[in-house]
Parts: sequence; C-alpha cells; structure tokens
Amino acid sequence: MKKNNFLLLSLLLALSVVLAACNFGGSKEDSGSTSTDGTSSKELNLVLTSEPPSLHPQLATDSASNAILQNVFEGLTTVKDGEVVKAMAEDIQVSEDNLTYTFTLRDAKWSNGDTVTAQDFEYAWKFALNPASASEYASILYPIKGAQSYNEGEGAVEDVAIKVVDEKTLEVTLENPTPYFLELTAFKTYYPIHSKTAEANANWAADAGDNYITNGPFTLADWQHSGSITLEKNETYWDAANVALNKVNISMVENEATAATMFDAGEIDFLGAPYQTVGLDVINRYKEEGILNIQDYAAIYVYKFNTTGEFTKNANIRKALTLAIDRQGLIDNITKGEQTPALGMVPKAIKGFEEDRGYFKDNDLEEAKKALAAGMQELGITDPSQIQINLSINTSEAHAAIAQFVQEGWHKNLGIDVTIDNSEWQVYLDKVSNLDYDVARMGWIADYNDAYTFLEQYDSAKNGNNDTGWEHPEYASLLKQSITETDADARIELLKQAEAVAMSEFPIAPVYYYTNLFVKKDYVENMAPDSLGNVQLKYVDINK
Amino acid sequence: MLKYIFKRLVYILIALWVIVTATFFLMQLAPGSPFASERSFPPQIEAQLNAKYGLDNPWYVQYKDYLIDTVTFDFGESMKYKGRSTNDMIAESFPISLTLGIEAMILAIGFGILFGVISALYHNKFPDYLASTLAVLGISVPSFILAGLMQYFLAFKLGMFPVSGWKGFAYSILPAFAIAITHAGFIAKLTRSSMLEQSNSDYVKMARAKGLGKWTTVFKHTLRNALLPVVTYLGPLTAGVVTGSFIIEQIFAIPGLGKHFVTSITNRDYTVIMGTTVFYSIILLFAVLIVDILYSVIDPRIKLRGAKK
Amino acid sequence: MAQKNQQFDKISPEMFKIVGGRHGDTEKLSDKSVSFWKEVRLRFSQNKLAVFGIFVLVIVTLLAIFVPIFSPYSYREQLGIYNAAPSAAHWFGTDDLGRDIFVRVWQGARISLFIGITAAVIDLIIGVLWGSIAGLAGGRVDNIMMRIADILSAVPYLLVVIILLVVLKPGLIPMIIALSITGWVNMARIVRGEVLSIKNQEYVLAARTLGANTWHLIMKHLVPNALGAILVTMTLTIPSAIFTESFLSYLGLGVPAPTASWGTMASEGNKALTSAPWRLFFPAFFISLTIFAFNAVGDGLRDALDPKLRK
Repeated sequence: MKKNNFLLLSLLLALSVVLAACNFGGSKEDSGSTSTDGTSSKELNLVLTSEPPSLHPQLATDSASNAILQNVFEGLTTVKDGEVVKAMAEDIQVSEDNLTYTFTLRDAKWSNGDTVTAQDFEYAWKFALNPASASEYASILYPIKGAQSYNEGEGAVEDVAIKVVDEKTLEVTLENPTPYFLELTAFKTYYPIHSKTAEANANWAADAGDNYITNGPFTLADWQHSGSITLEKNETYWDAANVALNKVNISMVENEATAATMFDAGEIDFLGAPYQTVGLDVINRYKEEGILNIQDYAAIYVYKFNTTGEFTKNANIRKALTLAIDRQGLIDNITKGEQTPALGMVPKAIKGFEEDRGYFKDNDLEEAKKALAAGMQELGITDPSQIQINLSINTSEAHAAIAQFVQEGWHKNLGIDVTIDNSEWQVYLDKVSNLDYDVARMGWIADYNDAYTFLEQYDSAKNGNNDTGWEHPEYASLLKQSITETDADARIELLKQAEAVAMSEFPIAPVYYYTNLFVKKDYVENMAPDSLGNVQLKYVDINK
Repeated sequence: MLKYIFKRLVYILIALWVIVTATFFLMQLAPGSPFASERSFPPQIEAQLNAKYGLDNPWYVQYKDYLIDTVTFDFGESMKYKGRSTNDMIAESFPISLTLGIEAMILAIGFGILFGVISALYHNKFPDYLASTLAVLGISVPSFILAGLMQYFLAFKLGMFPVSGWKGFAYSILPAFAIAITHAGFIAKLTRSSMLEQSNSDYVKMARAKGLGKWTTVFKHTLRNALLPVVTYLGPLTAGVVTGSFIIEQIFAIPGLGKHFVTSITNRDYTVIMGTTVFYSIILLFAVLIVDILYSVIDPRIKLRGAKK
Repeated sequence: MAQKNQQFDKISPEMFKIVGGRHGDTEKLSDKSVSFWKEVRLRFSQNKLAVFGIFVLVIVTLLAIFVPIFSPYSYREQLGIYNAAPSAAHWFGTDDLGRDIFVRVWQGARISLFIGITAAVIDLIIGVLWGSIAGLAGGRVDNIMMRIADILSAVPYLLVVIILLVVLKPGLIPMIIALSITGWVNMARIVRGEVLSIKNQEYVLAARTLGANTWHLIMKHLVPNALGAILVTMTLTIPSAIFTESFLSYLGLGVPAPTASWGTMASEGNKALTSAPWRLFFPAFFISLTIFAFNAVGDGLRDALDPKLRK
C-alpha cells in the first residue's frame, strides 16, 4: 500500500514532466530571425515594451500600438524628416479661407487588393466620432466641423463635414482654420480602415489574419499576444518599390535591462523609443562606445503646481521653486540623456520655438531667494522652514531620482522642507486631477508638431489636462486668437505671448525637454525617431 | 472520505463567493479606471466608455454581472486590450506558466529535499553547513536579483542560454531556476528541521537497529514522516508557481499568465482582474484540499474529520 | 540450543569477585543539577555557527545604531560624485544621486531590521495561534478558519495595498499592516499541519486526559514540537518582509524617499547591475548576511531546545 502510493506519486511526476515538455514545441516555435540567413533577407529585429492594447487605428491610444500602426497603415499625409508629405493623398487643395480641404487620393490598394477609397476614410473617421465606438482619441478629430457635437452626443452624423465627392475625392470642412491640420491627417486616428471588413466584423483588429487589412508599407503577418508581432512587406503598397525591409520581427520585452542585453547579444538591431528604451544603466557605456544617438523630442517634463495649495497658491513661491532647480546638473548627472533644460513651456523641437524665449535662467538662486522672500512676506511667513511642500510622483523610470535631486536642491538652497509622496500610477492620477497635491511631476508628448498642443491645456482651470487650478483671462484670449489667426508667424507670436503670460505666474515649473536616445547596429540604415518619436520602418534598410 | 470531500467542495464554493465579493468591492474602492491616462479626454467620451463597458451601472448590477461571469466562467472582454476576451488571455498564457511552473517545482522539490536530507544526515557537520548555507543564500537572494544576474552572466557573458523569449526548452532553464531557488532553499530548511525531529524517533532507531542502511531508512521511513510540513507548504506554493511569476516573466520576456495578475490591477482592467482572481482562487483552493487529503495518506494518524470528542 | 545451555553450565562462583559496596551516596547526583534553560544556553553556546550568528546580529545592530550618528555624511546628502566605485572616502561607493552608500546601508538597516523583525513576530503570533487553534479544534472550526486564510491569500494583494495607500498616510505603520494582512497565512498552514499530526499522539492525549486546557496544550506541547517548522518559516518571513517592503515602497506605502531601506536600495541597485554593481552588492550582501545569521541562530535555538537531541 505504502509503496503503491509512492509509485503513484512518481508516476504523476513523470507524467507532468511529459506534459511540461509538450508545450515548448507548440505555437511559440517562431524562430524566424535565426532560421534564415539574414544577409539577403533584409529582416529587422526589434523589441516592443508591451503588448499593444489595440491595433485598431481609431481605438489605439498608446505608443506601443502606435509603433505598429504607423507601419501597417498610412494616412492622407505622413511626416518625413519633420515635414508633412503627401501619402494616400495625391493632391491636396486648401480653400482661400483655410477651412476646406479637398484631398484627391492616389491609386492605392489595400493589402487584399481592393482600392483605397474616400469612403474608407469617411468610415474610419466617423467610426472614431461615433459615441458608441467610445474612441478615447476622438477629440483629435474635433477640428473638423460638426465632429465635436456629434461625438459628444449632441449633433448628428450628417452634420459632420466629411464629404465623399467621389471614390477618389474627400472634402473636409473645418470649424476653424487649423494650420496644423495636415499634421493631424498623418496621425493614427486619421488612418483609413477597410470599411467592408470593419462593417462585417467589429472585432477585425483583435488578431492578425485575413481580417486585418492594411494600406501601409507592411502587413501584420503574425501576432502572438504578449509574445511577438511579425510585420511583412506589403506587396500591394503603392510605394512598395521603395520599401527595403522584407520582414520585421518584434518581440515584446518589458524589461529594460533585458532589452539592452538583447541588443548587446545581437538579438535585436535597434534599441530606443518606441522600441524599448535605452536604460540609465547602459547610457554611459553606449556613450563611451560612441554608438549612442540623441534626438530632440517634442515632449516636456514639468512639475505642476497646485495653485490652490496652502503655499503654492503664491506666485512668488512658485517662482522661487521654479528657479531653484538645477536643470543642467540634473541632466548631466541623473537623466544623462543630453536633454535640454526647459526654460519655457514649449519644447525646442517645435517649429518656431527653437530659440530660448528667456523667461528665466536655469538654477538662478539669487532671483529664487528674492522671490521666496517676497512670497513669504505675502504669506506672512518669517522662516522658510515653515513652508511644507509635498512633491508627488509616481514611482517609475527616473521620477524618484529626479524628485530626490530637486528635493535636496530646494532644501539646501531655499531651506524649504519637501516630502516626496509617491503613489501607484492610478492613485497618482487621481490625486493630481483632484488637486490633492502641492507639486506633481507630469510629462507631455506632442501628438502633432505645434505649440498649441502644449499650451492648450492651461486655457481654463476646467481643462481636464490642466490639473493646476490656474487660469488667466489674457492667456485664454491669446490662445483663442491663435486659433483664427491664419498667418503662421503672427500665430506663433500669439502663442509666445501666451507662454510669456504663463511664465510670469508659473503654474508649472518646466524641467527639461525630452530627447530620444537610441542605439543601432551599423548595418541598419535610415532608422531614427523623428521629433514626435515616430520611427518609419518604410525607409529603413539593412546592409550587412 | 467522499463525504469529507463533498463538504469541502461546499466550503470551496463559499470561499469563492467571498473572494469574488471582496475583490469586487476592492475594485470599486480603488481609485482610477481602465481608461485613465496622463492625457484626459472630454467627459463625454469618458461617459461613452463607461456606458460601453457597463461601468455606469449601479454597483449591485455590476456585482450581479460578475457573479454570473464567475458561475458561467466567462469574464467578458478586457477593458484595456480591445477585442480580447479574458478567457482567451488566460487560455493562451496559462499553458506557458504551467510548463515553466512544473519545471520550477520539480527543481525546487528535487534540490530542496536532497539538500534537506543531506543536512539532516550530517547534522552539524560540513555537508550540513554547506547545504544550509546554500539554502539560506537561496532564501535571502530574491528571484529578481538572481534572474538578472543569471541572465547577464550565464546567458549573455557565457552564452550558455538564450537571453530571453519562449521558443523551446533551452529558454525555460534559467527562469525555472530563478523561480525554484528561493523555494528550494526553504524546502531544504524545512526538510532538514523535520528530518532532525524524526531521526530521534523510536521507529527510526528501530529501523536502524534492524540493520537498515542510513539512506534506506531515510527513504523508507524518515522522509515520509518528515514531509508533512513540506507538503503543507507545497500546496499553496504550487498554485502560486504554476500561475506564473510576474517578475520572472518580465525579465525573461515570457508571455505567461503571471503578468496579468499585476498589469490587470495597475490597468484597472476589471474583467481581467476578476477572471485571473477566480482562476487562481480555484487552483489554490483545490491545491489546499489536495494537501489535506495527502495528510492522511502520509500520516494515517491524521483524521480528516477532525478531533473526536 | 544445547550449546547455549552448556555455556550457562560453565558459570561458576569463581568467575565473580566482590568489589565492595557503595553505601549512602547512591541517591546523590554525580554532577551538579542543571536547569532546563541553563542547559539550553549551554548547548547553544557550544554551537559555533549559532554563536557566530548572534555575533553578526549584534555587530549589524550596533553599526545600524552608530554609523549614521558618527558618519561624516548623512544618508540624504548629495555629494556631487555620482555612481562612484568604493574608495577610501566612500567605502561602499556612492549611488546615482551621489550619496554615500556606507551610511545609507546602515541607515537602511534600521528600517529593514525593524520591518523584518516586526513582521516576523506578528506573523509568528497570529500564525501560530490561528494554525494551532484550527488544527486542534478540527471539523467545522478548522474548515472555516483555514478557508479564511485561503481567501486572504487569494484576494488580489495589490488591490488591498492600493486601498491602504488611499486610506492611510505612508509610513511604517501602514507598511506593517500591509505586511501582516497575508504574511501569517503560510505560518498558520504549516503550524496547523504539524498540529494535526501531533495532536493524536499519546503524550498529547495524555495531557488532555489529565485535564490540560487548550492554552496549555498549545504552549507546552504543540508549539515546542512544531518549533523546527516554525523557526524555519520565520527565517523565510524576514527576507520576504524586507523585499516586500521595497515593493510596497515602490507603490508608495513605505517611508518616503530619500530614506533608505535595504530592500529599496537593492531593487534600485539591481537596475544598475552593469554600470554600478556595488549599488546592488552591498545591500544584497547585508541582507543575505543578516538572514544567514538569523538562520544560524534559529537552527542553534532549535537544536538547543529539542529535548530529544540531549546528549
């Protein structure tokens, strides 16, 4: 009896070993990268930080999804080297008042051979605006006349000014002249989708396969959820002759250190946003090896102030805190990515804002102390140690290190006691949007290359992205004027004036303008993120 | 015995109900939403999203929905991963975690018991010190550090294993070891201590006196009785290990189930939270039941119905 | 048979001799009487490893108390030398913010030791009581108590922590609460298993028959006999509390930065594995050393307390 039990146990054990062995050969046997000789096949190996939450152009919101979408779909326009170029559109006519855009489509095909039609665009855009679709990025279509009221459930779909003139002609009327509209048409929410498939199967984007029909340079050949994505050259793409890569293998690797090790081991050919990031651990080494590339990125890292907070309600205190940040020291020693100290609200990667506007100087302790003294007087405080500030962060990336660096600076130079309050991400978001903080870190990445995307959020305290409680009538009116201003230079001037208004009251302390860091193998050519962080695999070539 | 098991099944159902209820209210209380991001969108869109996923229903309707989901074992669509069903997500990733988990368990049990027995047999002699030191190292160096070190040195520097991924047996060796070592250390310590307790029992002395060899005695007599605390630990441990380890999967880029336990919560992906919780709970509750049944197999003196009055 | 008888036949009075009798002192103990605890102490002090463990723990505690007081640097002071390797000025090097790791390790020891030991003691008390009551009572009580334990370990821990994060202010107390919610479950399960196997043994039955109450049974019979497993479980609790602390700090429940703890230092250091390995090595080394010392002491204690191992 006893022996039988043990026999049974060992049998079970043996069985489980067999079972265990079974799973390896299964669906995950996908060693495409090593099976064929890389020299002639033009294969690129990449890693992505996470599983894309959605590969539906109108439903996707994040950078992982975007990294795939922008290579399998193509909008009316696309951005190449910072300039808008025509893509699906062969011709674009803009009316005199800058309100009506007429797009003539080129003769392009979907990956199943069907022609890309104006209806496909109309369908996709109206799908995004349909309240029932609950598209999180629908608001990026709001420049189109009638779009906002339809999306918010007030207007009708017929009133949305997207008109299919004929199969090849699309006419769009805007609410206001929007100088960056052609930047927007390059954005993922503006991509077309194959309307027949999408109508027939609402879940068409959930998997690779016959339903996933694309019009971009690549097709989605395979999608192992949470594991890997394979892109293959789209032979029906209109510009297929200029696409060099045959295949792109993308595995999902969440760990930064693992991705770096994979790059070192030669398993991947490129490392850097959006295809994982170059971690702090390896930056110095890559710099020494001379392979680290640094590109300006249209994104800003800021500390927001709660302008209703006990101490941060005072503009002079906010000014003192803003000035007493040693941005260059922070960049040189902590973030290490050759970021630019942010002395304004709009990154220098944005057109018209390349030069510093001179609102304040980095680490200007003298002015900071003056402002602090003035602020304390206004608040009726005699000693800076009476000021208690909570610095709120979410603990990821370098936020904790940056916060501790700034904390020590404020403590040492201003004598202010700062407590770091870190929270889980969603708890943090909740705190920030409820103004339950004093100082909070936030990042902002441009969707399109225009200063408006950075300034618009502070137009009113009610704006969902403001989170500071700050508003200013002059700021709001300048922004309003910029919407209707048709002259590009005058418009930028208005936006700069608005920025100056904000930078006199400091609802935020700009910290730095991001850069994108990347490393690539020598044989990878033409691969670099643009100022919006997009990498177009269309232009990438491999020469081994 | 059958009656006992039946009774336990009833308790399992009750426990499951409590777990679902507790999880539901915790989800309700936790701030955030599956759609929250740094970039807020107009309140109208938020309302549309809530309506689409039924988050605008009163709590008792949502609660009822989760109970029905649990009974039918269909948790619906993920709120984060559009168009993906929770069931599919579990079904795709669980076999991977199970494979890795079984491998890790075999390693943990094998090495753990071996080291434990050696320690006990050579109590307070060199082999004991060596085995105990290794076991303590295993316990005190957490898997995330170990995994990083093994990946960097064994896989990258020495090229003995692939760095990451899940494409064959070779890919599973390092992660399995990384998971196993802490548990192996603990099992070794546990085995050692209960072996020592048994080794002075009369029946062990009797066996030795009968002329049985040291090792034969261990395997025929001592170990069997010494395994009781180990088995207790193994039940819940198995449930935890076969459902995946977030950190190890992350470091080795393994598309397993473990990550869903963590990311579903940080994403507030309510349907996936509930699905993975129920799935894990069932495995755990049954693992604990099996342990209790094993008790009476290992030690017939243990009666499952409890103390007699 | 016959041979044996023959041997007996050969016994004769000449084979014996009178050696004289001892009178009076037969009842006297040949050695001094040794109390139980004295013997435990004696046996413990003979165990070299255990003594070494005590020694290490004392040193670590002393350093944790005194280094932060006497060090020329403070744990939060940023010295402007970033990620510097160990040197004469900075014995353990500096970290990414240019802080002296030596003083941070000992500052961190205060928090980690406090958290590790407190969590272990709480787990011990709840776990042992819960497990032994469940095991002893058996039947429905056992079933309900153990299912409660199961439920606690099945409800998503991360969610519980997030709720705590919202309700409580970060600090040591919420940390201990978070660690104690589920920490004791393992202990309870193991103790219950041991109790189930012990409780029907003769000496327990005898004690019961003699009218021993439950408390007496638990403290005098069940706990001592399950001591080995209990001590081993405790040695797992301490490192797991130290590392769970770093996870909870990450979520925002712990002592706010720049306060150091071994767990957070190790997990931060782990990110600098290739560029500044000392940032991982020193906290990890002292965690391991301390756990090793706890283990050695635990093992020694177990041996010393085990009446069956008496020589």
